[in-house]
Amino acid sequence: MTVRVQPDDFDLGPEVERMTRGNPKIGAVASFVGLVRDVNDDTGVSGMTLEHYPGMTERALEDIVAQARARWDLADVLVIHRHGKLAPGDRIVLVVVAGAHRGDAFAACEFIMDYLKTRAPFWKKEQTPQGERWVEARVADDRAAQRWQ
Amino acid sequence: MMVRILYFAGLREAVGRSAEELALAPKMATVADLRTHLLRRGGAWEALAQGRSLRVAVNQRMAEPHTAIRDGDEIAFFPPVTGG
Repeated sequence: MTVRVQPDDFDLGPEVERMTRGNPKIGAVASFVGLVRDVNDDTGVSGMTLEHYPGMTERALEDIVAQARARWDLADVLVIHRHGKLAPGDRIVLVVVAGAHRGDAFAACEFIMDYLKTRAPFWKKEQTPQGERWVEARVADDRAAQRWQ
Repeated sequence: MMVRILYFAGLREAVGRSAEELALAPKMATVADLRTHLLRRGGAWEALAQGRSLRVAVNQRMAEPHTAIRDGDEIAFFPPVTGG
């Protein structure tokens, strides 16, 4: 189980390879990659800056992963979230969940993303033609997280 | 007692600082007491009045208005999170 908060990009393929090599008990790997879009709320977005709370952010992600491991039978979990300046098309977040079967892997991957969106201290500031703006939290994200309670 | 206070994102910009060390009277017992104390500064500190949308963490764990604060605590104020 690994959590990394970093400015650098990541590469899904090698991360999955590292997780699964030498562990033939793993029969399923589910992954999610979140990307920066060039539009939000009908306004063009030319870039964004991601702020976080060093220390608490890692701790919050580790807590979310621990909750997932308590709910489902998982072999391994990796979460990478970037911070700093990002451009449209850049990768923001990676979640990889490995288990014996796909059901647990799919469910845990979605759970981790839903909880990350509502509980991990990150804040997005977008650059738009009208200037910079902080992204507002979405009710839909709260609802998605509440499904798991 | 001494506490370290942190501000993040839009709140950090509104109050014009990311952190401060603050000496508090011993009667300052909870997160709500501290917030009321900071609100009395007026001006930009009204940003802390944004009721339900204000989040607080004590020692890097999410906290509630009634959460107790103690000497040496790290208390962070921030808006709802928007990562992922």
